[in-house]
Amino acid sequence: MRIVVDLTRCQGYAQCVFLAPKVFQLHGEEGLLYSPAVPDDQLERVREATAACPVQAILLGEEVSPDDR
Amino acid sequence: MSADTLLERITDYANRADPYPLYAELREAGPVVRQADGSYLVGSYHEITALLHNPQISADPRNLPGPAQKARKPPFLRLDDPEHHRLRTLAMRPFGPPHSPGRIDTMRGQITELTEELLDELRDRPQIDIVDDFAYPLPVTVICRLLGVPREDEPLFREWSNAVVASADVRPDLDTTEQDGAGDQARIDMGMYLLNLAEQRRGHPTDDMLSAFINEPDPALRLTPEELAETGVLLLIAGHETTVNLITNGVLTLLRHPDQLDRLRGEPDLLPRAVEELLRYEPPVHMRQRTPLVDMDIAGTTIAKGTSVVLALASGNRDPKRFHDPDRFDPTRQDNEHLGFGSGIHLCYGAPLARIEAHAALGALIPRLSTARLVQDPPPYRQNAMLRGPRHLPIEMRQSA
Amino acid sequence: MTGDLRDGRIVIVGASLAGLRAAETLREEGFTGSLTVVGDEPYPPYDRPPLSKQVLLGQVAADTTGLPMRRNPDAEWRLGVRASGLDGIGKRVMLADGESLPFDRLLIATGTRARPWPNPDEAALDGVFTLRTRDDAAGLAERLAAGPQRVLVIGGGFTGSEIASACRERGIEVTLAERGPAPLVGALGGTLSKLAAAMHRNHGVDLRCGVTVTALRGDSGGRFTGAELSDGSRVEADVCVVALGAVRNVEWLAEAGLAAGPRGVTCDAGCRAFDMYGIVTDDVFVAGDVSRFPHPLFDYQLLSLEHWGNAVAQAEVAAHNMVNRGPLRRPHLALPTFWSTQFGLNIKSVGVPTFSDHVAIAQGSLEERRLAMVYGYRGRVTAAVTVDMAKSLEYYRHLIETAAPFPPAPGAADRPMAAEIPVPSDVPDPKGLSHGPTVALTGHLPDRRLTVIQPSG
Repeated sequence: MRIVVDLTRCQGYAQCVFLAPKVFQLHGEEGLLYSPAVPDDQLERVREATAACPVQAILLGEEVSPDDR
Repeated sequence: MSADTLLERITDYANRADPYPLYAELREAGPVVRQADGSYLVGSYHEITALLHNPQISADPRNLPGPAQKARKPPFLRLDDPEHHRLRTLAMRPFGPPHSPGRIDTMRGQITELTEELLDELRDRPQIDIVDDFAYPLPVTVICRLLGVPREDEPLFREWSNAVVASADVRPDLDTTEQDGAGDQARIDMGMYLLNLAEQRRGHPTDDMLSAFINEPDPALRLTPEELAETGVLLLIAGHETTVNLITNGVLTLLRHPDQLDRLRGEPDLLPRAVEELLRYEPPVHMRQRTPLVDMDIAGTTIAKGTSVVLALASGNRDPKRFHDPDRFDPTRQDNEHLGFGSGIHLCYGAPLARIEAHAALGALIPRLSTARLVQDPPPYRQNAMLRGPRHLPIEMRQSA
Repeated sequence: MTGDLRDGRIVIVGASLAGLRAAETLREEGFTGSLTVVGDEPYPPYDRPPLSKQVLLGQVAADTTGLPMRRNPDAEWRLGVRASGLDGIGKRVMLADGESLPFDRLLIATGTRARPWPNPDEAALDGVFTLRTRDDAAGLAERLAAGPQRVLVIGGGFTGSEIASACRERGIEVTLAERGPAPLVGALGGTLSKLAAAMHRNHGVDLRCGVTVTALRGDSGGRFTGAELSDGSRVEADVCVVALGAVRNVEWLAEAGLAAGPRGVTCDAGCRAFDMYGIVTDDVFVAGDVSRFPHPLFDYQLLSLEHWGNAVAQAEVAAHNMVNRGPLRRPHLALPTFWSTQFGLNIKSVGVPTFSDHVAIAQGSLEERRLAMVYGYRGRVTAAVTVDMAKSLEYYRHLIETAAPFPPAPGAADRPMAAEIPVPSDVPDPKGLSHGPTVALTGHLPDRRLTVIQPSG
């Protein structure tokens, strides 16, 4: 699974960092950096983070695989 | 009835079990509704979020007229930037990112264990009170461990906490002078108690937040004794008075929606979304009070500096202009930007902890609720209209096999 | 009548963020016909912002930034093949491999590429990079991981600044050369560019402003060794990153008869492309960085944006309008919004900062490195930039959308004295910079002479 964060929407509430600190981290006080590829053992935490985002800026989904339509 | 009595009716204990029709009436009456006493009530989602992001709006009660002006300096919850930012950032250092990003995540194991322990004790009981037997003891124990407060002191701080919370309520029907005095005194006593606990850890840090605060080596990052006391009081009270409502409202709502309860039992991955939906549908915090720092226009109404403006977050959560079918409890709801934890700079400091506690508590309870039944619906509520939740939630645990 | 629009053949040229979001939206809106997405890179859609941040910091591999789908768009992906031409009358997209794709409606989302170093021989030196694609980022990240002696960054726009920031965080020496007076000045104006310059210097960047790089030098093995600057100095470095902004990918449209030029493909507010005479088409749509569109809040001037959020919002509008007719169509009115993370600061922008004559700090201060700067044009608010104050941005967005008076009304508890004294916004002519703004106002109407491309010989 992959994530992308709409950092246009992100307001730096950092709820995702609390809930999944191995995937999301703050750079400085409110800049958000994250690992787009979610390891299986972090998936549950990332689901929590995705649901918890106060501005619903996190998208979790499958990457496009061009071969299977 | 006239819309200028809405706040009085919302806070009337008789309407505690179901204030939602009043919120609908409020949204019908307009985005900003004047009350008979000259204060204002705001119940629509977009106006509430705009005000929560507006720097001209103050959270500081000392900007309100009357006795509140002479009150002590409040904790960061009720301060404005830049002081709010400074104190919240310092308070955040031992709690969350950027300084302690993994702190709450590392408590998951403990919280799950604690949940199981509490539930094991209740296993053979035919009837339990979700509040006293589960939803209250869990967050109290967690916040005690996190802050470094002895769990056995609970009867002591429970009384202070009750007094502080009562004084923070909105009571347009009452002269609150006495209540406010009692609340102030409780804040002072509780602050002294926490400061004392912190002092005992000076030079002997244990793994808790009071230790971190008192042993902060950098003077620029250290809370003063007064700040430490105020912050400690805020965290200890907020750490359990709201989570108890979240968990209890969760059980109540799920038992009222057996189809959704069934669904969650089959699809545990839905739980995080279900908790967010609970925060929208039955939020633990129903209202916040604010005041403009200058005369300002809100949705076409001019509101004078210093006027009390009550933001009905729980009403915003049910605004059909923002949420499709808002009175439906839908754990699969998408795009759920609820106001359950507020929004803007004052967004609930402890939200991640409350979420982890609610996930653990409801996740463990859901499989056990299949044969449960509400003994009393609606249950008896606490007096408080701002921090709204049942005082008791008795449920019958019929044994299936 | 909508029945036929939900069927037929749609081709999307461009398989990045805008292309993917448009494809998903088409299906969400009920399009059931055939959908083909063409991309010149061999990879499925991936996210670019992490390439100059997490990837260069070594936290994330360049090949892991694939974009998640909102839903499977059930498209045929033609990846690794470039579109080479468009026949608007025959309604076909020609591909570089000789094939051509017929369409009923077309979406152009070919985006931009990094502006290359003008001297091709120097650009070909080993160690000279641009940063736009996943392959660029993988190559550069590998060099940074090897611990170079010094990195030379040419251009102090957002990308150049983020690269310099990542290098310093990894302990690598950096020289940044910028033709203008300070980094980010083209995008944010004078006041914030001074903060940006201070951040560079505080973090140990060897910042050289007001200079140009006149030549890149290599050794006999063809390895980059350093550069000559216009002030006569020389920078010894083993890696060079050319960050001179972006070039719109419009060359393939040279014979298409569209209003396509160096500033992009001009379209209306409904994302429909103009032809070279300024007549709007009804079957060719444009979205993302390659588009140039009018915005009512900025005097209907045409905007060219290189913004992530614009790619998403415009793709959604374009896709909606591709399957809806007449009054059901929507305008693309989203306010430009942008962010950058560098030197530990989070910079966010809303509106068009270059569309301004004055600025005022409305909250916070430069000293705290935490502030909200508001931009005004002829007495109304047109933009705001926050530094580590993202929660405030929504308030200023509202002021821009309502054309609120500038300077903004007092009242904020953290309003500094400086708020009462607006200063000139000091946005220079982009021609004098080695970095362009990522949002540019480009005049009013598609003009034939300006927009026709001379096919390069």
